[in-house]
Amino acid sequence: MAFDSLRLHLSELPGAVPAWQGQTTAAELPDICHAVKVQGGRLAALWGTDEQDHGQGYVLHLALAKPEGMLWLRSALPADQPHYPDLSPIFYPAHRLQRAARDLLGIDAQAADRRPWLRHAAWQATDLPLRHDADAAAVFEQGGDDYAFTTVVGDGVHEIPVGPVHAGTIEPGHFRFSIVGEKVLRLEEHLGYTHKGVDKRFQGMALAEGVRLAGRVSGDSTVAYAWAYCMALESIAAAAPPARALWLRALMLERERIANHLGDLGYLGNDGGLAFGLAQFMRLKEDVLRMNAGLFGHRYMMDCIVPGGVACEPGREGLEAIGAECDALEREVHLLKDIYDDHPGLQDRFLTCGRLTANTASKLGVIGLAGRASAQAWDLRAQARPAPYDVLDARMKTHKNGDVAARVIMRFDEIFESLRLVRSVIEHIGAGEIAVPLPDIPSGRMGLGWVEGWRGESVVALESGEDGRIRSCHAHDPSWQNWPALAFAVFNNIVPDFPLINKSFNLSYSGCDL
Amino acid sequence: MYQLLKQIVRVGIKTEAPPQSDEGLRLLNQRLQQEILGMFAGSLAIRHVDAGSCNGCELEIHMLSNPYYNIEALGIKFVASPRHADLLLVTGPVARNMEVALKRTYDAMPAPKLVVAVGDCGCTGGIFGESYASCGRVANVIAVDVAVPGCPPTPVALLQGILTAISADAKG
Repeated sequence: MAFDSLRLHLSELPGAVPAWQGQTTAAELPDICHAVKVQGGRLAALWGTDEQDHGQGYVLHLALAKPEGMLWLRSALPADQPHYPDLSPIFYPAHRLQRAARDLLGIDAQAADRRPWLRHAAWQATDLPLRHDADAAAVFEQGGDDYAFTTVVGDGVHEIPVGPVHAGTIEPGHFRFSIVGEKVLRLEEHLGYTHKGVDKRFQGMALAEGVRLAGRVSGDSTVAYAWAYCMALESIAAAAPPARALWLRALMLERERIANHLGDLGYLGNDGGLAFGLAQFMRLKEDVLRMNAGLFGHRYMMDCIVPGGVACEPGREGLEAIGAECDALEREVHLLKDIYDDHPGLQDRFLTCGRLTANTASKLGVIGLAGRASAQAWDLRAQARPAPYDVLDARMKTHKNGDVAARVIMRFDEIFESLRLVRSVIEHIGAGEIAVPLPDIPSGRMGLGWVEGWRGESVVALESGEDGRIRSCHAHDPSWQNWPALAFAVFNNIVPDFPLINKSFNLSYSGCDL
Repeated sequence: MYQLLKQIVRVGIKTEAPPQSDEGLRLLNQRLQQEILGMFAGSLAIRHVDAGSCNGCELEIHMLSNPYYNIEALGIKFVASPRHADLLLVTGPVARNMEVALKRTYDAMPAPKLVVAVGDCGCTGGIFGESYASCGRVANVIAVDVAVPGCPPTPVALLQGILTAISADAKG
């Protein structure tokens, strides 16, 4: 198995994805992480939970991914001194994840960067909102919000502060550009503005209800999160949804990918100065959304995936309509791709712009679409292949250039592949039930969900509590890994290219502000 | 360029005329234009603020600009600065980390100004409610003229909400 060489006592978690769970001491973590990294693995998620109500301290959770599967490691930390070794020298994404865990729970990697991440002014360093003894309804006394940005000094260097309220219809976050002339010397991101206390909100919710909240971690990836949550819950219940439900979940996930990629291609054309592209692609996206509304009852398929299966059944005629839509979309997108490819002005904006080299992407642990555009070959659908991808034979697309053009090409390629997969689902899907009831779930069980959404992987780690409620649930968005990459991609580019580069990543704020 | 022009001609105009069979909707478009003409001299400028949404509502606000809804043809446009805006479109429960930014954006708008709270979260706090991190509904932070429910509200519902806000203002 994937993590044998670590010589840990691991237990395999039941469920759709290959996943193992084990315990280790905090002191052993650097060696384990290093070994996983040497074997080609990476950090998928890092978070903490409070176990003091069980007479223990805290637990630091790590999700480590390899192409073959996921390792969920738990390390107990003492209540009086919840410290653990800084893992950011091994895994770059740990930088912000560790700071977030410290803000919410006080567990401390004692890294050099002592600045908060999610904590702005809404609570103070001594308030630890994720602790069990912190009242969910409590409003803390406001702290100060004086985030210390890194200052770049030199002749002619000045700063442009942008946000949290941005000029377009996008989510809030702060970008601090240090520039000389038009050239970006440094971009520092300050996120956390949309922190809504999702982890705390999960606590005590009914297990069956949690899927609605998971589906609202990042609205553009609602299908991916709902599936990941259900996968975790079904792992706990050791119950598999009916085959037809799994086919329909894959159908929805690929339709979510198609819709988002269509929208992004429109906006990328627009940001490159070709408004024609926006009008054309948004028209196609609207057609997809209307088909969703007709067949699934919701334009974005929110709440269509439920524990034990799916909540909606498009029927034979619906599937035929989707098949016909695939054929039409394929023709239309090919036509628009030719126009994009042949447009010198657009290609001039795309090519070499916002380049993230494969080497940098690898060091940062970049994943998902942006990772694949920089030769980072991670796609769960083609690697761990949770059902029904074990039958679907998804073909991973990658590119080596890592510029805006590569991320545009990735979206075209992935739309065509998703259209192929949707057709394949329609060929394979059989009749049958679309949901099974889940058995009563005892407390103290843990399950993992892992789904390749359009942006990258969504990870959900769930622990059951008493009376069919959630003890803890943590959702991880691929944007955690990819936001730092944006700062590297804009380096040495000009400020006016930032919107284009940013759009080419199209990362979620809500997904990682939680 | 030939292919591009050919595509434009081939696709034609997709913008949906006010449907004759749906009296409510037809009325909506006409009233919208009249109200805008009356109140804002032919142009309503909207500033959007995401105060903590899951980004679902943003997806639908984007769709208002697609060729089917073609909101700009109705004289409504989204602007980059609150100083240019007549109406503030706010999504999300208001995250406490966004409370100050939202108030400042509102204060920066010239009077008369309207606020439309968008989505179940904007209306009630939604699934996130009120907590250490969330102020709940938009009305808990700034004065709201109209609240449009939905998770997320459809583009048509959003248009209706914007119309209602303008009508309410006309009466007041």
